[in-house]
Amino acid sequence: MKPQFDVIIIGAGVTGAALARELSRYRLDVALLDKEADVSFGTSKANSGIIHAGFHSTPGTLKSRLEIAGNRMFNRLSEELEFPFERRGELMVAFTEEEMRILHSFFVQGCENNVPYMELLGRERTLEMEPHLNPDIMGSLHAPTAGIIGPYEYCFALVENAVLNGVQLMLSSKVLKISRRRDHLEVRTENGSALTGRFVINAAGVYSDDMAALLGLKDFRIIPRKGEEYLLDKRVGDLVKRVIFPVPTPISKGMLVIPTVDGPVMVGPTAADIDTKDDLSTTREGLRTVFSHAQKMVPDIRQSDIITSFAGIRPVAEGNDFIIGTTKVKGFINAAGIQSPGLTASPAIAEMICDILLREGLDLDVRPDFDPKRKAITRVRNFIEKRDFNKLDATIKADKEYSKLVCRCENVTEAEILASIKRGHTTLDAIKFETRAGSGRCQAGFCTSRILKIIERETGIPIEKISKKGPGSELFPYPSKKGKP
Amino acid sequence: MTRNVEALVIGAGPGGMEAALALKSSGIESILVIERENAPGGILMQCIHNGFGLHHFKEELTGPEYAERCLEAVKKTDIEVLVNTCALDIIDNGDTKKVIALSEENGMMDIEARVIILAMGCRERNRGNIAIPGSRPAGIMTAGLAQKMSNIYGYLPGKEIVILGSGDIGLIMARRLTWEGARVRAVIEAQPCPGGLNRNIVQCLNDFDIPLYLSHTITNIEGKNRIKKVYVSPIDAEFNPLAKGSFTLECDCLLLSIGLIPENELSLKAGIIMDPVTKGALVNADLMTSVNGVFACGNVLHVHDLVDYVSEESKYCGTRAAMYVKGELKKGREIPVKAGNMVRYLLPRKVRPGEQMLLSLRCIVPMVNASLVIKTDKDVIYTKKYRKIFPSEMQRLPVENIPGDAEYLEVFFDNKKPVAGV
Repeated sequence: MKPQFDVIIIGAGVTGAALARELSRYRLDVALLDKEADVSFGTSKANSGIIHAGFHSTPGTLKSRLEIAGNRMFNRLSEELEFPFERRGELMVAFTEEEMRILHSFFVQGCENNVPYMELLGRERTLEMEPHLNPDIMGSLHAPTAGIIGPYEYCFALVENAVLNGVQLMLSSKVLKISRRRDHLEVRTENGSALTGRFVINAAGVYSDDMAALLGLKDFRIIPRKGEEYLLDKRVGDLVKRVIFPVPTPISKGMLVIPTVDGPVMVGPTAADIDTKDDLSTTREGLRTVFSHAQKMVPDIRQSDIITSFAGIRPVAEGNDFIIGTTKVKGFINAAGIQSPGLTASPAIAEMICDILLREGLDLDVRPDFDPKRKAITRVRNFIEKRDFNKLDATIKADKEYSKLVCRCENVTEAEILASIKRGHTTLDAIKFETRAGSGRCQAGFCTSRILKIIERETGIPIEKISKKGPGSELFPYPSKKGKP
Repeated sequence: MTRNVEALVIGAGPGGMEAALALKSSGIESILVIERENAPGGILMQCIHNGFGLHHFKEELTGPEYAERCLEAVKKTDIEVLVNTCALDIIDNGDTKKVIALSEENGMMDIEARVIILAMGCRERNRGNIAIPGSRPAGIMTAGLAQKMSNIYGYLPGKEIVILGSGDIGLIMARRLTWEGARVRAVIEAQPCPGGLNRNIVQCLNDFDIPLYLSHTITNIEGKNRIKKVYVSPIDAEFNPLAKGSFTLECDCLLLSIGLIPENELSLKAGIIMDPVTKGALVNADLMTSVNGVFACGNVLHVHDLVDYVSEESKYCGTRAAMYVKGELKKGREIPVKAGNMVRYLLPRKVRPGEQMLLSLRCIVPMVNASLVIKTDKDVIYTKKYRKIFPSEMQRLPVENIPGDAEYLEVFFDNKKPVAGV
C-alpha cells in the first residue's frame, strides 16, 4: 500500500514550517502536524527574534555552518514571503580590558566562521552608533549582517505559503504513537487520526526526544532551558538601533537589549535549565536579573516601562549542537536540539533535510506551478505611525473595513482582523501574533470584546468557545443566565 | 473628507458631553464631538450599578442613566456627535488645529478646529505594568474588561474569582460577579489602605463577606491553559513578599483592578507636556495644555473617583475653551501652585488672581485630624480641617481671594500627628 504522505513533519515551529515550505517546491504529499491550536505556538513564538550574524557559534559545528548559511537566505525569504525583517546589526559590548580580549576572540571566531563585515570598535565609535549605551563601555564587536525579524510572522508566512503550495496543515494533532510498518511509518494522533508516511521528520522542539522515544530511540535528551523576556512600551522609543549583547556566559548569549520590528524594545532572555517542558512562568528573579543586566548596558531602560513579559523554552540537546540526520529507524529523521541560533538557521536546516531526503531516495521533482510568493496583510499602523495619511486614505478607499479601528494602541483595523481570520486564525493569540491587535500598551483591555464579536460573526464560533490559545483557554466561558443583548 | 468646526471635542463620555454643552451655552456655534465607541456615554455605559450623580444631579443614578441625562441635554442642542470615529493624530497649525480621524461612516477625516478639548478618559493598568510573575494562561484580565463583557455582552469570565487591587471597578465587580453566582475568593491589595472608595468596601465586600487582604500581593500564577491557582503573600514596608503568612487560592479567573492611567497617546502626538505624577497634561488656570488652543478635562487630565467631578471640571473647561475662541481669556499673570507636605499631586498648576479657582488634589497617605493649608509666600489664604482623609478620595477646593502680588501658592497638610493605623 502506498503511504498517504511522502513526508510527515511533526512540529509547526520554525524548523517544521521552513521545511514544509521548502518541500512544497516539489511534487510531494506533505503533512505538517502540530499539537497546538496554531503554528509557532511553542518555542518559535517566544524568542528574541534575532537573525544572528554568526560569531557566537563554535567553528566546525553544525550550528555554525547552518547559522551562516541561514543568515544569507533571509533577504530573499522576506521579499518572497513579506514578513518583517531588518538587517540592523548586532553589537557585543565590553566594559573591561578582559572583556575586550574576549571580544577579540569572538572577532577571530567570527572570521573563522566567515562572518562578513565585522568590526572591533572602540568606545567613541560605539557610542556614536548607539548613543544610549552606558558611557562606561570600552568598546564593541560590530556585526552588521545580524537582523531582527517577527518570529511568528515568519512562521505564519512560511506555513501559509506551504499550504498554498499543497502542504496539508493539521493542527491540534498531538502525536501519541509512531510505529514502523514494512515500508512506511504510521503516526497516530490524539484526535484519532492515523497517518502513514514514507518519511517522518521530528521537528517537535522541546518534545523531540519524546517523539524519538516513541520509536524506542533514546540516543539524545532535550534539556528545557527557559528564557524570560520583557517588552517595553514603544513610547520609550528607539533606545537602540542594533541588538546589544554583553559578553556571554557558558550557557547563554547573556541578557540582551533588542529592538523589535514592531517598534518596542525588548530585554532578555534569562537562561535557566528547568525540570518540566511546559513551565512558561516568569519570575521575580528573572525580572531582576534581566533588568540589572540590561540597565548596565543601556541605563535609560526602566522597569516601569514594561507592557508585558513572556517566557520561552530552548530545546537544548546534550552536547549543545543541533541533531539533524537519519536515525536507526528507517524513514525517521531528526531535526532536534534546534535552540539558538535555530531561527537564523531554519531555512538552511530545511535545505539540509531536503538533501538528506534526496539521499534517502525521495524524488524531488520541482513543481512547475510552485508559487514562492505570499502576500502580507496590509497594516495601516505603518501609515499612521509615519503620518502617511495619503496612503491611509487610499487604503480605506480601496477597502472600507480599514476605517474600523479595532485595536487603538497598535492601530489595527477590522480589515486586518478579517484577513487574519480568513487565513485560518481563530484564537486571540494567533490573531494577535499576525495583526498585533492586543499586543500594545493596554494589552487587549480595549479590543478583546471587539475581536470576540468579529470572530463570532465571521466563524460562527460562539463567544464562550473562543479561546486565547486553544481548547481549555476560553476567555469568557460562561454566558450569563440572563441571555444575550 | 474634510470638516471645519469651531470646536472639536474628542470623546463623548460624560466629560466630553459636558464640555460640549458648556461650549454651546457660551455661544460657540459649530461643535463636533467624536467618539470611538458605537454610542456616546463612555465608560458609564458599562457601569450599571448606582451611586452616580449625587453631586451633579442631586439624585442617585446608574451609569447609563447618568450618561442618558448628558445625552438628552446634548440632543436638545445642535451639537453633532459622530460615533465609531477615532482620532489618530493632532497637527498644530497655529490658529487652527487639524485632527486626523478614522470614521466608519466617513473613512479618513481631516477635521479643522479653532479649539480642541481632549476628553479621552483613561484606561486600566494591566498585568505587564506591574510584572506579576507566573504563567500566562487565559482567565487573567482587567476588571473593566470583565465588567464590559458581563454587563454589555452577557458573558462571565469565571466562577472562582480572585481580584488583585482594590480599585473601585474591582470592588464593583466583586459584588457583580457574586450576584451572578460566582464565588469571589478574595481581594488582594498591596497598599496598607484600600484603593477604592470606602462606600464600595462596605457595600461590595463587607456586605458579601468577601475578605480583603491589605499589604498582600500575588507572587505567582499557576495554570497552563486556564488559571488554576494564585500564590498570595503578605509584604513588608518595602513591598518584599514574606514567606510567613503566605497562602494559595484556587481560582479560574484573576481580575486586575490596579489603577487607571489617563489615555494620552493622542496628547503626546500633539506634543503636549505631561505631568509625570497624574500622567495627564500639565494645564494652566483655564485647563489649557502646553499647546495653545488644546484643553483637557475629565479622566484624561487626571483620574477622578466621581463622575460628578468630571462633569464639573468639564463644564469649566468648556466655558474656558469658548472664551479662548472668542478671544476673551484673560492674559495677565498666572501664579504657580506648589504641592507641599503630603500632597501627591494637585492641579491646575497655575491660578489667576481675582477669580475663583477650583483646585483638585490627592494626599500621599491616609491621615487623621489633618489641616490643609494654602498659603502664598506671605499669608495663609485658605485652611480646611479633615477628621480623616484618604489618598483614594480626591479633594476639590474652591479658592478665592488669591492676592495679585503673590509669588506662588503652596498647598500642604499641616499634620503633626502620626498616621499609622488609619
